[in-house]
Amino acid sequence: MAVVFEKTRGLAEKPFHYCPGCTHGIIHRLVAESLDELNLIDDAIGVAPVGCAVFAYDYFNCDMQEAAHGRAPATATGIKRVHPKSAVFTYQGDGDLASIGAAEIVHAAMRGEKITTIFVNNAIYGMTGGQMAPTTLVGQKATTAPYGRDENHAGMPLRISEMLATIPKAVFVERVSVHDVKHIIQAKKAIKKAFQTQMEGKGFSLVEVVSTCPTNWGKTPIEALKWLQENMIPYYPLGNFRNTEEVK
Amino acid sequence: MAKVTFDENRCKGCELCTTVCPAKIVVMDKDRINIKGYHPATVKEMDKCTGCASCARMCPDVVIKVEK
Repeated sequence: MAVVFEKTRGLAEKPFHYCPGCTHGIIHRLVAESLDELNLIDDAIGVAPVGCAVFAYDYFNCDMQEAAHGRAPATATGIKRVHPKSAVFTYQGDGDLASIGAAEIVHAAMRGEKITTIFVNNAIYGMTGGQMAPTTLVGQKATTAPYGRDENHAGMPLRISEMLATIPKAVFVERVSVHDVKHIIQAKKAIKKAFQTQMEGKGFSLVEVVSTCPTNWGKTPIEALKWLQENMIPYYPLGNFRNTEEVK
Repeated sequence: MAKVTFDENRCKGCELCTTVCPAKIVVMDKDRINIKGYHPATVKEMDKCTGCASCARMCPDVVIKVEK
């Protein structure tokens, strides 16, 4: 019998600490598989965020560094400049990247740092207990928005991919989702493309993964994926915003 | 003939694998609990498995191995 699917060697043996049904596990696997299939895993260096994925350094079979809250792109900048031949990536949530780390990600993209950012957007602060994030949808309830986000008070959710796609040296920007098998396969293609873009030295690459937080959304994992399709994707449309073919 | 194996003690009982199986043979084993205290996912009618690996790709905890 031939193996059709098994755990990639890009992932360490340690079981994930994430809540049941959390899509972080799927996204970790896609990143690890992509690095393994591109033969980059042995030299890869990842930067873990603050947030639910703070322990990401335990799960990838490559060198990892923990960064201060939101500062993963700055840390990755230093790492990549010292190790230009390594695949360097940051793995960040929306509470990390879109809020406290907004300046770091914008300037890393503006400088065209040859790093890849995996941006996991589940529209809420997960680890700290479900507070409203910059990406929380209008009307979506959070512990700091018990009646739902009010756009007159808290503004509109931030679309990171669209914003970064306006930056000339952000050469690969794509938004994907992991709510079903078809989209998981598409997400992996985008992540692989982002790493290839980095290794070709073209500039900054980012893949935004629309994700769930069953625990803080107060839903079962199955309901959460349905909610994602019905509410997240209309506001955060999937697709490619920049790719290297446009870049001269 | 395909075969699915579950690294049962990694399973957190989220049931996402049960929603993507085209043959609808992935079920939660309500008669047992694993080391984490969840009913683990399992396949009882293995002869109906086509080895598509949809369950393995959906699983957030890399529980499933598929052979064909």
